Amino acid sequence: MNSDSLVSISDFTKDEILSLLESASRFEANPNRRLLEGKVVATLFFEPSTRTRLSFETAVNRLGGRVIGFSDANTTSSSKGETLHDTIMMVSNYADLIIMRHHLEGAARYASEFSPVPIINAGDGANQHPSQTMLDLYSIYKTQGTLENLTITMVGDLKYGRTVHSLLMAMYYFKPRFNFVACDELKMPIEYKEFCEKHGIEYHEYHDFSEEVINQTDILYMTRVQRERFTDIMEYERVKNLYTLKNSMLLGSKENLRVLHPLPRVNEIAYDVDSNPKAYYFQQARNGLYARQAIICKVLGIEN
Amino acid sequence: MTTVKNEELAVAALKNGTVIDHIPTESLFKVVDLLGISKMKSSVTIGFNLNSKKCGKKGIIKVADVFLHEDTLNRIALVAPNAKINIIRDYKVVDKHTVSLPDDIYDIVKCNNPKCITNNEPMKTHFHVIDSENVVLKCHYCERSVTKDDIELK
Repeated sequence: MNSDSLVSISDFTKDEILSLLESASRFEANPNRRLLEGKVVATLFFEPSTRTRLSFETAVNRLGGRVIGFSDANTTSSSKGETLHDTIMMVSNYADLIIMRHHLEGAARYASEFSPVPIINAGDGANQHPSQTMLDLYSIYKTQGTLENLTITMVGDLKYGRTVHSLLMAMYYFKPRFNFVACDELKMPIEYKEFCEKHGIEYHEYHDFSEEVINQTDILYMTRVQRERFTDIMEYERVKNLYTLKNSMLLGSKENLRVLHPLPRVNEIAYDVDSNPKAYYFQQARNGLYARQAIICKVLGIEN
Repeated sequence: MTTVKNEELAVAALKNGTVIDHIPTESLFKVVDLLGISKMKSSVTIGFNLNSKKCGKKGIIKVADVFLHEDTLNRIALVAPNAKINIIRDYKVVDKHTVSLPDDIYDIVKCNNPKCITNNEPMKTHFHVIDSENVVLKCHYCERSVTKDDIELK
């Protein structure tokens, strides 16, 4: 097993998270550094995810490394029935690092157990997506100046939303307070509420996405309510517009509030919010580049 | 008189070895599997559907001349949590204990998540016991939890 791999955000200690944030801010100040000169990085996307792949590949390119890989498993031998094990063993002959996304949950953990080179998990089904969590943490840190004692309001799909679950788990080091705003069908699963209770994290649940909740918030984390998540399509039609953020709703919000969203958005943030200086989702996506540069250097043991 | 003799026969004495008693009848053959008994060279007596004062019907396994390791015996804790282990030396019970659930369970339980890598690759499963009292397991790979009643064996 390669102990340098990053499979889940919970693989990192608080100190490691903080040092990654420092590292990300150094990459933001100076993103083009030839730290990966002579290295080959494989991006194995068994499931397509253009946004994540481009972000990782940009990170490698800006660090002077070379990229090999595929963006669709249909063009590879896994479509011929090759096991994940064999694909990873084959690619590890060529690359110094494997960044992988897979539709099966636990795929990256498994790969990290036998791969001779480090693995970075770029998403395994509904399970983990630690680089997304790192960029969320970096965005929060950058806009608030700290991760400690913040009120984070999560809105939309809190049941299936992998990003909100990972963010919740990662924030536990930093004494947060959470508001969970969702309809019954998409509310925060019991295991995450138990996690909060076990670690003494305060949380409140709301059905209504009201200004009262927004006005006490530091970070407003919006997520997409997806039609395919509903068993009852009438229920979807009923709630789809209830969790939409409009610019007028931000009138009484705190000066330091920032609106985050993992993107892509559909209609959960009205376009009139985009011009509000509190809208932060596009910068958030850019932060992904710096967070991923920091992660890549960390797993390869490269000082920066 | 005959009945007594039959009962005595069913629990015939062992000179040296391991006796696993109080196995729920429905789990008996699973326990046989988990202990790898079909690959053993020594003589093994397997009792099925025996009358038990405690649990109605029970199963019992007696392995002659083999002192099974505790880790091996604990593999059966999931299917036979009340099983009693008797270590016999020279016809005497020298040690008597129950099985206990280990912290990690390898390749015994099947993950209930069809999208878990373990159901899609030729590989061993691995579960962490996160609550041994209520028997709650968590898949090491997909991180889904499974509770006692939903546990499915491989």
